[in-house]
Amino acid sequence: MSAILIIEQVLNGLQFGVMLFLMAAGLTLIFGVMGLINLAHGSLYMVGAFAAAWVAGATGSFLLALGAALAAAAVAGALIEMLVIRRLYGAAHLDQVLATFALILIFSEGTRWVFGSFPLFLDIPDALSGPVTLPGGIEYPLYRLSLIGIGFAVAFGLWLLIEHTRIGIQIRAGENDREMIAALGVDITKLYTLVFALGAALAGLAGALVGAIQSVQVGMGEPVLILAFVVIVIGGIGSIRGAFIAALIVGLTNTLGGVFFPELLKLFMEAGAAQQTGSALASMAIYILMGLVLIWRPTGLFGARA
Amino acid sequence: MKQLLMATAVAILAATSALADVKVGMITTLSGGGAGLGIDVRDGFMLAINQSGRDDIEVVIEDDQRKPDIAVQLADKMIQSERVDVLTGIIWSNLAMAVVPSVTAQGKFYLSPNAGPSALAGKGCHPNYFNVAWQNDNLHEAAGAYANTADFSNSFILAPNYPAGQDALTGYKRFFEGEIADEIYTKLGQTDYAAELAQVRASDADSVFFFLPGGMGISFLKQYADSGIDLPVVGPAFSFDQGILQAVGDAAVGVVNTSQWNKDIDNATNAAFVESFEAAYGRLPSLYASQGFDTANLLISALAKAEPSDADGFREALRAAEFDSTRGDFEFGSNHHPVQTIYAREVVKEGDIFTNKLLGVALENHADAYAAECKM
Repeated sequence: MSAILIIEQVLNGLQFGVMLFLMAAGLTLIFGVMGLINLAHGSLYMVGAFAAAWVAGATGSFLLALGAALAAAAVAGALIEMLVIRRLYGAAHLDQVLATFALILIFSEGTRWVFGSFPLFLDIPDALSGPVTLPGGIEYPLYRLSLIGIGFAVAFGLWLLIEHTRIGIQIRAGENDREMIAALGVDITKLYTLVFALGAALAGLAGALVGAIQSVQVGMGEPVLILAFVVIVIGGIGSIRGAFIAALIVGLTNTLGGVFFPELLKLFMEAGAAQQTGSALASMAIYILMGLVLIWRPTGLFGARA
Repeated sequence: MKQLLMATAVAILAATSALADVKVGMITTLSGGGAGLGIDVRDGFMLAINQSGRDDIEVVIEDDQRKPDIAVQLADKMIQSERVDVLTGIIWSNLAMAVVPSVTAQGKFYLSPNAGPSALAGKGCHPNYFNVAWQNDNLHEAAGAYANTADFSNSFILAPNYPAGQDALTGYKRFFEGEIADEIYTKLGQTDYAAELAQVRASDADSVFFFLPGGMGISFLKQYADSGIDLPVVGPAFSFDQGILQAVGDAAVGVVNTSQWNKDIDNATNAAFVESFEAAYGRLPSLYASQGFDTANLLISALAKAEPSDADGFREALRAAEFDSTRGDFEFGSNHHPVQTIYAREVVKEGDIFTNKLLGVALENHADAYAAECKM
C-alpha cells in the first residue's frame, strides 16, 4: 500500500467528515438549545438536494442551485418549527421522535408527489469537474477538494457566529438556562425558529453539495442522519466543537476502516473471505468507536460534565 | 324434487365458476427509494392486461415498501381474504425469499417479474413458481462472457455485501477467464465510493466490473467519471436502466452493460410494446417494464388454455409459455427459469435522452447454473 493511496484515503475521510459536520452541526444545535430530537433533519438534507437539482436543471447555474438549497431548507425548517415542533418542546422525547418520524414520511411522500419516483440529475459544475494533481503526484477530484474547503469555511463561520456575535451569545445562553434568558427579555420563540432554520440550512447545503456526486432521490437523508447522530453522541450533545472533531474522526474511521481492515485480514486469510469480513468489520468500526468513547466519557468528548 | 334442487345447485355453481373472474395479486415496491422499479413492472403488466381486452382479470395491487415483513402480511391478506389465484410483482430477492415459498406451499401460483434468487432456482424450486425475468446470476455471467470478448485480462470487481452482491461477483467470475485484480464488497446502500475508486486507481486492473443497483450505481458512476480513471466499465443492466440513466447523465455514455432485453431488439411484439408504453405513460420503457409486460402476457396465454382452479392444466399452460415475448423467443428451462439470449448493450444519447443500443449477443440461449439441483 503506497503513501499516495494513504494520503488520498485520508483526504476522502476528511471530505466525508466535513459533510457529516454540516449535518451534525444543525442537529446538535437544535438538541443543545431546544432539547429536541429531530429525526426529520435528514428530510431537510433531501429538500436541499431536490431544490438544488431542480434549480440547476432550470437555470444551469450551480451557484443559484446552492442558494436555492439553502433557502428551501431554511424555509422548510422554519415552517416545520412554527407549525409542528413548537408544540413539542415541553413533550417527552418519545413524542418528539414520533412526530418528527411522521415528518420524515410526509416529506418523503410529498417529494415523490412533486418530483416523481425516479432520481433527479444534479451534476458537478464544469469549473470544478475532473481531477487535479496535488504536490507529490496525487490525482484528486477538484470537487472533493472544494467540499473540504467549504466544510472548513462553514465550520469557521459557525465558530465566529457562536463565539463573537450577539445571536451566538443568546444561543449559548439558551443551552445553559432557557428560563433565565427568557426572563432577561430575549424573544425565545424567535431564537428557536432562527436556530432551527440555521440548522436546516446547513443540512440543505450538505444535501446539495453531496447531491452533485451522489444520487438525488427520495430517502437519501436517512442513512446520513444515522451517522450524524453517531457524530453528535461522540462529540458531546450540544457542542459545535465536539461535532466538528467527532465528524472528522467518524469520517476518517469510516473511510480508512473500509480500506485497511480487509488489507489487514488478507495477511492471514484468503482474499475473498478477508474482503467480506473486513468490510463487515469496517461498517461496525464507527459504532465500536462510539461505544469506546462513551465508556471513557459518558457525555461525549466535549459534552457538559454531569 | 330433491334431485332437481341438487341439479340446479350444481348448474348454478358451474355457471358461476365459468364466469368467475381471475384474481391476480401484485405485491411490488411503490414507495421509498426503490419505487421506480416497482412502478415500471406495474405499468408494463397493466399495459398488457389492458391491451388483452380481458376485463375478467382483476389485478389487486399493493405496496410492499421494500420491507419483507410487509410483503409477507400482504401475501397472507391476498390469499386469505382477497382469494387471489396468482401472485406476482416482487422486485427484491430478500422479499421474494420471504414470500414465494409460503405462497407456493399454499397451492397458489407465483410468477416472478424480477427477483430470481439462486435458492428458488436450485434446491428450493417449486412446480408453481415461474420466473419470467432471469435467475440473479445470469446478467453477471453475461458480463463476464462479454469481458472475454472485449479482451479484458485483469478486472477490478465490486458489489454490495449482501447475497445478491455475492451472487454477482460469483457470476462474473464463473465466466470471466482473466485475472481478478481485486474484489471489493461495499456496504449495502453506500453512496460514497471515493475509497474504492482510490483502490481502483492504485491497482493494475485494465477493466472494472460492478453491480450496484439503483441509487448506489448513480453515485458510483458520477464519482467514477469525476475521478479521472479511464478504464472501461462493464456491468449488468440494473445500473443502466431507463429510469436512472437520466440521473447519471453523460457519465454513463459508452458504458457496456448486459441485459436480456433492450428497446431495439428487432421483433414486432417489442416494437409495439415500446410504442404503446411510450404512448400510455409518456416515457421510454425500462427492462423492468418489459418484464412486467411479458409476465402479464404469459399469464394471459395460460388463462386462454386453463383456469388456475385446474392447477395441473394451468401449470402445463404456463410451462408451454406460448406468448409473444418482447425478447423474441421465450422458453422455460426444467426449473421454470428462462433459457434466453443475453445481449451486450451500450449507453448512448439520443437527442436529449440517455438510453441503450444493442451491441451484440453476450450469451446465446443461456440457462442458469442451478437447474441441475432442481428436482420436481
